[in-house]
Amino acid sequence: MKKLMSGNEAIARGAYEAGVTIAAAYPGTPSTEILEHMVDYKDVIYSEWAPNEKVAAEVAIGGSIAGSRSLAAMKHVGVNVAADPIFTYAYLGVNGGFVLVSADDPSMHSSQNEQDNRYYAKFAKMAMIEPSDSQEAKDFLVEAYNISEQFDIPVLFRVTTRICHSKSIVELGERQEVGHKPYIKNINKYVATPANAKRLHVVVEERLKALEKFANTSALNKVEYNDTKIGILTASVSYQYAKEVFGDKASYLKLGFTYPLPMDLIREFASKVDTLYVIEELEPFMEEQIKAAGIKCIGKELIPNIYELNPDIVAKAMLNETTEVKSVDVEIAARPPVLCPGCPHRGFFYAISKKKNTVVAGDIGCYTLGAMPPLEGIDTCICMGAGISAAMGMAKSFEVSGRDTKVFGVVGDSTFFHSGITGAIDIVYNKGKMVPVVLDNRITGMTGHQENPGTGKTLMGEDAVEIDIVEVLKSIGYKKVAVVDPCDLKAMNAVIDESMVSTEPYAIVTKRPCILIKGLEPSKVKCQVKTDKCKKCKMCLKVGCPAVFFKDGASYIDKSMCVGCEVCMQVCKFDAIEKVGE
Amino acid sequence: MKETKNILLVGVGGQGIILVSKILTAGLVKAGYDVKMSEVHGMAQRGGSVSTQVRYGEKVYSPIIGRGQADILVSFEKMEAARWVEYLKPDGKVVVNNYEIPSLPIAIGKAEYPQGVIEALDKVFKTTAIDAGKAAIEVGNIRTQNIVLLGALVKALGLNEVDWVEIIKENLPQKMVDINVKAFQKGMEL
Repeated sequence: MKKLMSGNEAIARGAYEAGVTIAAAYPGTPSTEILEHMVDYKDVIYSEWAPNEKVAAEVAIGGSIAGSRSLAAMKHVGVNVAADPIFTYAYLGVNGGFVLVSADDPSMHSSQNEQDNRYYAKFAKMAMIEPSDSQEAKDFLVEAYNISEQFDIPVLFRVTTRICHSKSIVELGERQEVGHKPYIKNINKYVATPANAKRLHVVVEERLKALEKFANTSALNKVEYNDTKIGILTASVSYQYAKEVFGDKASYLKLGFTYPLPMDLIREFASKVDTLYVIEELEPFMEEQIKAAGIKCIGKELIPNIYELNPDIVAKAMLNETTEVKSVDVEIAARPPVLCPGCPHRGFFYAISKKKNTVVAGDIGCYTLGAMPPLEGIDTCICMGAGISAAMGMAKSFEVSGRDTKVFGVVGDSTFFHSGITGAIDIVYNKGKMVPVVLDNRITGMTGHQENPGTGKTLMGEDAVEIDIVEVLKSIGYKKVAVVDPCDLKAMNAVIDESMVSTEPYAIVTKRPCILIKGLEPSKVKCQVKTDKCKKCKMCLKVGCPAVFFKDGASYIDKSMCVGCEVCMQVCKFDAIEKVGE
Repeated sequence: MKETKNILLVGVGGQGIILVSKILTAGLVKAGYDVKMSEVHGMAQRGGSVSTQVRYGEKVYSPIIGRGQADILVSFEKMEAARWVEYLKPDGKVVVNNYEIPSLPIAIGKAEYPQGVIEALDKVFKTTAIDAGKAAIEVGNIRTQNIVLLGALVKALGLNEVDWVEIIKENLPQKMVDINVKAFQKGMEL
């Protein structure tokens, strides 16, 4: 059967066909849909949203040790979080096959950096496989499990946004019923004491040598000889770009197994072509190793190492060909992503942005958009968890330097469970004079509504214990945990004011569900401007709501977008905004 | 057909572009083409500018195109057409919905919604401006604007070998089929 599938859907299908029984992930673009599609196979695969990527990796590692084919999936920066167990598991080796899917985001469509996670394979001494379309995403994943078990090694399955979120035609296969490997207690293999690790490091190096030999003959690496003037070594989606540009006017060494590199195969290919070019996205990962092996090639001299490639960029770089581009004579306004109309975060950011002498450390999620004008309610955004712990460092720095600025640290509900919780402990333990704020909108928002430990549901649709953020904070030692509806500006302001003068550990939890949560009854109440009362002061525009706009000298509210959150109504000093439709 | 055709669908998050690309690609696959489609999720869905690329032909390699390579640009929102027009081939076509969604900088008075977009597009490219909103209201549901635009796209590309009504039936819930078939046919007439 043939089906048009995204790369992520195909990875889930590949896991099914490979006989995987354990899958864990933390959502993150562009990886999220892998586990969302894993649920399609919930009769045979246990899958879960873990609180963070480290937990996801460890759950999959445990599954693998116990004998299941296991998978952990995450976005590129998630691998940083999961790196600790991964590096050691590469020493221990597997029982049931283990695959870590890393979804990188060249061009940072939805990410805070552009790291090239292929280096993790070399760094952690794992095997690496890279598909170039959805069919390969499925087929290569099945092969990844065979390799993992044959060579006793974790496999890094590295994909990028254009693999994950591109759809292409996939021929489906059957599930291999590989069953579970027996679990046999083996202290020498699974207990990473220094003594065992010393011995295992030798084994790891031998394993990599054996793998390199295997890579030279692996069916995942393919040679296509055409005209031999130009020889192109490439992998992943870059292969598709190269084929688009050169078609059958060049020869290709297309790698699917990319660590360890098949150096003999590369040497042979290089000897048969006039010039060897390496076309790879981002860093010169393959090129550096090939050059170090004494094989001449041209790579980053031509191909940019910043942002994703496309056929146009490859043609320009390699052939100096420029495409004719016509533009039109219109001045276009920017269209940045914004907090939705009715977003519960708006109330908090509006309130905090009006407080003098405050600094707000932010985190990763929809609320990062609180940094945008006109709200400008966030000073920093680094990674998940840093919303709280970087705020702690800022507060300590201000304390040491004698600066009288109040620091707030903002995370969401999902990011609180991800790694905000440890920062919250640090504040109480080390007497931080700052206020952690959990913007609890009852869902993991930015990645498209995944369940988390606070929502009372699991990925597989079962009811779960709803972990109470307020009780967690209290048990950590916060003497006051203020719970507030962020869209009630008066209450929100009062809580912020109280927190600023509190001498005891004080935390704020704002509670109001994301307006996009499925199944929530859409509000029939809308806000409307009373045009005769509007003084055109534009105060309502300061809340940065896409439904509120100024046209022809007056404010208006788009009824089709408004959900009646009343934040704009509360900032109007002239009572010129009313509720309608009750 | 030897040559690969490139379609670029653009608009604003929430306008139903993903559904259109789903129906479009399902039809193209059924017609026997090799098809690739690429979309960007995440940040873009929060009211930002969104784009989906669909490529079809005998054999398609790259899932994405660069500037100057689209055969047709279908813009669900007027200003977005001007933003993405550089992706068109010099002889490419534009189908633009004569519908304005002010972005936040415009709404808060920091920028102006551009005037004369359709005239400017028409000067350089073969441009069809349609009022999908009006057509959708005539059909009976403003939310079928996207399917009106699908109809206009199918007409512009002359993709008549596909039974689109059948594809719409397969991809939409039963109760939504009739109205969307009407919207599609309306789009074909515009």
